Amino acid sequence: MNIDRPGAPGQAEGGFLQRTWNLLKKPTARWSLGTILVVGFATGITFWGGFNWAMEMTNTETFCISCHEMENNVYAEYKGTIHDANRSGVRATCPDCHVPKDWVHKIKRKIQASNEVVHKVLGSIDTPEKFEAKRLQLATNVWTTMKATDSRECRNCHNFDSFDLTRQAKRARDRHTEAAEAGQTCIDCHKGIAHQLPDGAYEVEKQLNEKFKH
Amino acid sequence: MKTKIMAIAVALGLALGMGAVAEEVKSIRGSAVNTPDAAPEIYRVQQGIKLERAYRQQPPLVPHEVDKYQVDLKVNQCLRCHEWPYSDTEKAPKISDFHYMDRNGVRQDVINGNRYFCTQCHVPQVDAKPLVDNEFKPATAGR
Repeated sequence: MNIDRPGAPGQAEGGFLQRTWNLLKKPTARWSLGTILVVGFATGITFWGGFNWAMEMTNTETFCISCHEMENNVYAEYKGTIHDANRSGVRATCPDCHVPKDWVHKIKRKIQASNEVVHKVLGSIDTPEKFEAKRLQLATNVWTTMKATDSRECRNCHNFDSFDLTRQAKRARDRHTEAAEAGQTCIDCHKGIAHQLPDGAYEVEKQLNEKFKH
Repeated sequence: MKTKIMAIAVALGLALGMGAVAEEVKSIRGSAVNTPDAAPEIYRVQQGIKLERAYRQQPPLVPHEVDKYQVDLKVNQCLRCHEWPYSDTEKAPKISDFHYMDRNGVRQDVINGNRYFCTQCHVPQVDAKPLVDNEFKPATAGR
C-alpha cells in the first residue's frame, strides 16, 4: 500500500492536492476503527441511496413532461395510445420504454441524457417546427438503439415466450410466429405506436433493415 | 287590472297543462332533454372475417381495426402493408392500379392524391345490429 512519493507522510507543505493526499494516506490516531466503519457505512448508504433516489426522480413521467418540448410534442401524441390508456389500466410511461431497467445500461443512458440537457439549453427543439424538422433524426436514433438491443425495453414487459398465441387475432398470431422464427425484433414492425411517424420513416426502415441484417 | 291578472292566471294554467302533456312525449334518445344522454352502446370492430361486397363498385371493407393508424401528409400506415411491394411480403391485398392514375388517366408510380385517404372509402365494420329493419339486398343476390 505504501507508495514512495516525494511528499512523505507528515509533511504539511505542498499544494492543496498534495496536502489532501497526505491527509488521506495517514492513519488516523483519533478515531476507532468501529467509528470509522459505522460512519463510513452510514455515509455510504446515504450517498448511494441518495444518488439512486435522485436518479429515480429523473425516471418519472412527471419529470419528463416538466419540459414543454416533451409535454407538447411527444407526450401529446402518446396520450390515448395503448401504452397510456387500455382495458387493464397498466401503463408504460416514458422511462419504461426509453430508459433501460438494469443499472449499468441505465447509468449509460443517463450519461447520454446529459447531451439532451445541452440541447434543452440550446433550444434545439423548442418550437413545434424545430421538433418536426428533427423528428426523423430523433426517431432514427431510437429505432437504431432498439434494433441494436433487440428491443430490450419492450421485452421488459413483452416476452415472446409468454405470448399466448391462441388469444391473439389470427393476423397477429401469424405475424408473431413468423417474426419469432425469423429472429425479428419488436421495433421491426411496431414503429410509431406511441408517437407519430416522421416523414420518410419507411425509407429509414429499409436502411435499418439493411444495416442490421442477420 | 283584475281582468289582466285573471288572463295571466289562465295563461299560466294552460301552460302548466301543456307541460303535463309534454311530459308524456317519449323522445327517441331515451332520456329527457334536461338530463345527460344515455351512454351509447360499445361495439367492437369485426376482425378476421370476410366482409362481402354488396355491389360491384363497392370499395372493399376493412376486416381489421384502423383507428390507431396514422394517415396524414407525413405517413400513410395503410400503405405500409397494402402498397406493392409491401403487399407481397406482408401478404396483404394489393391496392388496385386505378389508385395510381392521375386525373388525366396517366399511370404514376405513387398513389394519387385523390385516393390517398384510404378510410374515405374503405372502412371497418362493427358488430352493431341495424337500428331499423330494411329490405336492402346485395346486388349479387339475384345472380
